[in-house]
Amino acid sequence: MTDRAIGASLGEIRRLVRDPLLAFVVAAVLAALAVFILYPLASVIIVSLRPDGRWTLEIFRHVVSNPYLLQGFRNSILMGVLTAVIGTGIGFLFAFAVTRADVPFKRILHAVAIIPIVSPPFIGALAIIMLFGNNGFITWNLLRIRNFPIYGFTGLMIAQAVTFFPVAYLTLRGVLESINPTLEDAALDLGGSRFRVFRRVTLPLAMPGIASSMLVLFIETLADFGNPLILAGSRFPILSVQAYLQITGMYDLPTGAALSVLLLVPSVTAWVIQKYWVSRKRYVTITGKPTISSVKIVSPAVRSLIFAACLAVTAFILLIYASILWGALAKVWGSDNTPTLRHFLYVFGVGFKAVRDTLTIAGLSTPASGLLGMVIAFLVIRKSFPGRKFMEFTSMLSFAVPGTVIGIGYILAFNKPPLVLTGTLLILLLNFVFRYVPVGIESGVAILQQIDPAIEEAAVDLGADARTTFSRVTLPMIVPAYFSGLVFAFVRAMTAISAAIFLVSSRWNLMTVQIMAQVESGRLGAAAAFSVILVLIIFGAIFLIRALLKARYGRYGGSMLKF
Amino acid sequence: MSVRLDKVSKVFLDPSRPEGSVTAVDRVDLEVREGEFVTLLGPSGCGKTTTLRIISGFEAPTRGDVFISGERVNDQPPNKRDTSMVFQSYAIFPHMSVEQNVGFGLELKGRPKAEVREETARIMNVMGLTALAKRRPDQLSGGQQQRVALARAVINKPSVLLFDEPLSNLDAKLRDQMRLEIRRIQQSFGITSIYVTHDQIEAMTVSDRIVVMEGGRVMQIGTPFEVYSRPANRFVADFIGRVNFFPVTDASFSEEGLDADYRGVRIRAGSRNGDIREGGAAVVAVRPESLRLEPESGSAARFLRGRIDKAVYLGAVVEYEIDAGLDRPVMAVSHDPVVAGFFRVGDGVSLSFPPAAAHALAPEAVP
Ligand SMILES: Nc1ncnc2c1ncn2[C@@H]1O[C@H](COP(=O)(O)OP(=O)(O)OP(=O)(O)O)[C@@H](O)[C@H]1O
Ligand SMILES: [Mg+2]
Repeated sequence: MTDRAIGASLGEIRRLVRDPLLAFVVAAVLAALAVFILYPLASVIIVSLRPDGRWTLEIFRHVVSNPYLLQGFRNSILMGVLTAVIGTGIGFLFAFAVTRADVPFKRILHAVAIIPIVSPPFIGALAIIMLFGNNGFITWNLLRIRNFPIYGFTGLMIAQAVTFFPVAYLTLRGVLESINPTLEDAALDLGGSRFRVFRRVTLPLAMPGIASSMLVLFIETLADFGNPLILAGSRFPILSVQAYLQITGMYDLPTGAALSVLLLVPSVTAWVIQKYWVSRKRYVTITGKPTISSVKIVSPAVRSLIFAACLAVTAFILLIYASILWGALAKVWGSDNTPTLRHFLYVFGVGFKAVRDTLTIAGLSTPASGLLGMVIAFLVIRKSFPGRKFMEFTSMLSFAVPGTVIGIGYILAFNKPPLVLTGTLLILLLNFVFRYVPVGIESGVAILQQIDPAIEEAAVDLGADARTTFSRVTLPMIVPAYFSGLVFAFVRAMTAISAAIFLVSSRWNLMTVQIMAQVESGRLGAAAAFSVILVLIIFGAIFLIRALLKARYGRYGGSMLKF
Repeated sequence: MSVRLDKVSKVFLDPSRPEGSVTAVDRVDLEVREGEFVTLLGPSGCGKTTTLRIISGFEAPTRGDVFISGERVNDQPPNKRDTSMVFQSYAIFPHMSVEQNVGFGLELKGRPKAEVREETARIMNVMGLTALAKRRPDQLSGGQQQRVALARAVINKPSVLLFDEPLSNLDAKLRDQMRLEIRRIQQSFGITSIYVTHDQIEAMTVSDRIVVMEGGRVMQIGTPFEVYSRPANRFVADFIGRVNFFPVTDASFSEEGLDADYRGVRIRAGSRNGDIREGGAAVVAVRPESLRLEPESGSAARFLRGRIDKAVYLGAVVEYEIDAGLDRPVMAVSHDPVVAGFFRVGDGVSLSFPPAAAHALAPEAVP
């Protein structure tokens, strides 16, 4: 450290000493991040390297020499790459259609691309089984094919593309919206053909967004657990499922931990690339006001083509949700389609504990995680203190760590003193709070960056002290963002499975885990009914929060919560 | 109430620079008297905003002292200082109505609700905001936002009003109007005001005195007349308005001013500023509007001859650029072309000026 840098951090420390409340909050947050994010991660890595008290690479040697496990790694990477490319492709198509191509029914296309984001991430897999599986509606009822090979690569590919393209859509829509269409008009005006303008202007400007979307999709696909558990099958092993099976089926913690470390490495690598490299290459900020587009970039023929492709995807997504709904109402899927409510009765009877538990856990963890996210965002953006970079990195790290890894980490870290938490409600709550804190941080950072610091200074200038400024000015301005962050955190908490599946117990269970159990034992009707209820709860919550915000904050609040 | 800065400096750490720091404000001395309107004027990055933020308390000076009403306030946080700031971005609270914004300062002081309402209504009336009381800030035009920011700042009856380029977001016409309005409000409340701008016209029209800054340092403090017609150095002369510099040698001082050699002709400047030595070099500054142009007659001994290179007819005035064989064209402006007539490109002219309009300066640009 240079003298100046030391001087600067001395200044930061002095400021902390003068503001004990800030010092306390910073210390508490840093400690919590260390205990509930870094400690479990370290536990996983240590167990894989020190299975029985001495350091060794034996476990990894064992994994690498096992062709079946190695196949899982290869398949995971393959699926990650393919889903990144295909999902981003479909996402771009939708984003381009909505922002540039002036196709009809834009709002419907938008809604269709949003629904999968607010649904459990394995609904695609469930529907694919119901449509193309052994008793599949299309394969069996319509085409009379037995044992259509839907398990494995094909089925999983379709399910993951459908599950993750909306993430790409949201990113790319923001990117395309912020590219001023007059740039395209200018290029056309200079005499470029439409395709050349697209290739030389639109695409290069969107490229950082595309790269970022691919990396995010890669990370999410690697971490995906629900789809592969349902669809991968034994012939197409996937790493996250293998790690789970090693631990729950073979009670082999070290191997499970080693597999999850294998999962962790590419995923964190991709995240670091996206966070520290790609996201800096953005030409445009996502926030700019969309300029009125004259939309001359797309010729009528191409527009029809784009629209047709979007319609095909839309039809497929609607088919998925229709089959889930129908499956929940049919007596025995595939053989007896008489409508019945017995699956719902089951959910509200025997299965209701899972519904209650899920609501309790999501309902408790979401506000806490949102609040923590806002506090961290506020500290990181508005304050300077030693450890600020560390706080930012660690708190956002959860985004890059596959749920499987963190789930294994939690059972390893908290099944022995000083913190024995396994089987409790607390372990699930803590896991959810820290796992979904990046959602709150992101919305907090976004809003704080939009709020001119001069607004807070103006309050101080008028005589407000630090606490009054925070409560009367900063807080009211970020509350709408807090709630819109809550929506996403709530959705993720309601639909979480990859980490939670390690942490549930007979005392505390989750709907998602129940759905998996129903699928595994072949009761697709019950699984579908659970899914329908889950989606309805999420939609209800979204509408509730929206209505509350609208009523409370008028236009200023309502506009914050957009998808 | 008066404001005094005593050798105030501010150094920022800036790792992006090779020297690792930047001196934004450099040993600034300034005294603003009670009720006075003083403007900080200078090019971008010269330290105007930083100076203002030191006075308001948002930045602590690295060295030097700040006094408000004679009291040293270095250790007073901004919320305890009796200053109000009008921010460049207005910084209006987006979640409050116009009325709530304006009344917020009184509310923070814990005044009774009725009093806050009454006083807010009064100020909004003075500022022409009454009709907008219930509006949200995002439903206001730029000029209206500006007025809300001003109303919010004056309601506390601060001892000192600080403005950071409050008009830079407005269009030209609105700017003229708001400029007068700010001056009117300031005078009717009699509040000591410090105003930041990099627009010299703005500075000339509103200020009692102007502080010209460059590179963190004060170049000159003076009335608009002084900084324009009696600049302290070449930087000030050049920054405020347009000017011709004529380098001279062999200066001698007399009752009437300064006489010196310009290319073999003895010329006289009626006033001078800066470090000029008897017998040494200097620069004579003449504003374009003070240069007299006459048709080249050949006989009269004028100090400079040249040829019209460019003539721009602007209606009220004609602007000329004259090629006089110097390394820069000479700028001249002639008024009332209808009566005085005008020259065309290529015409030969001879140049002169009255000594009162010439001001001698030290040869270096900045002391
Ligand atoms: N917080 C800061 N950290 C580092 N450098 C700073 C900071 N604030 C200002 N500076 C630097 O100090 C110098 C003076 O800045 P200041 O904002 O006071 O200029 P200004 O005269 O207001 O300019 P402008 O007309 O562009 O607003 C600039 O070089 C600027 O880059
Ligand atoms: Mg400034």
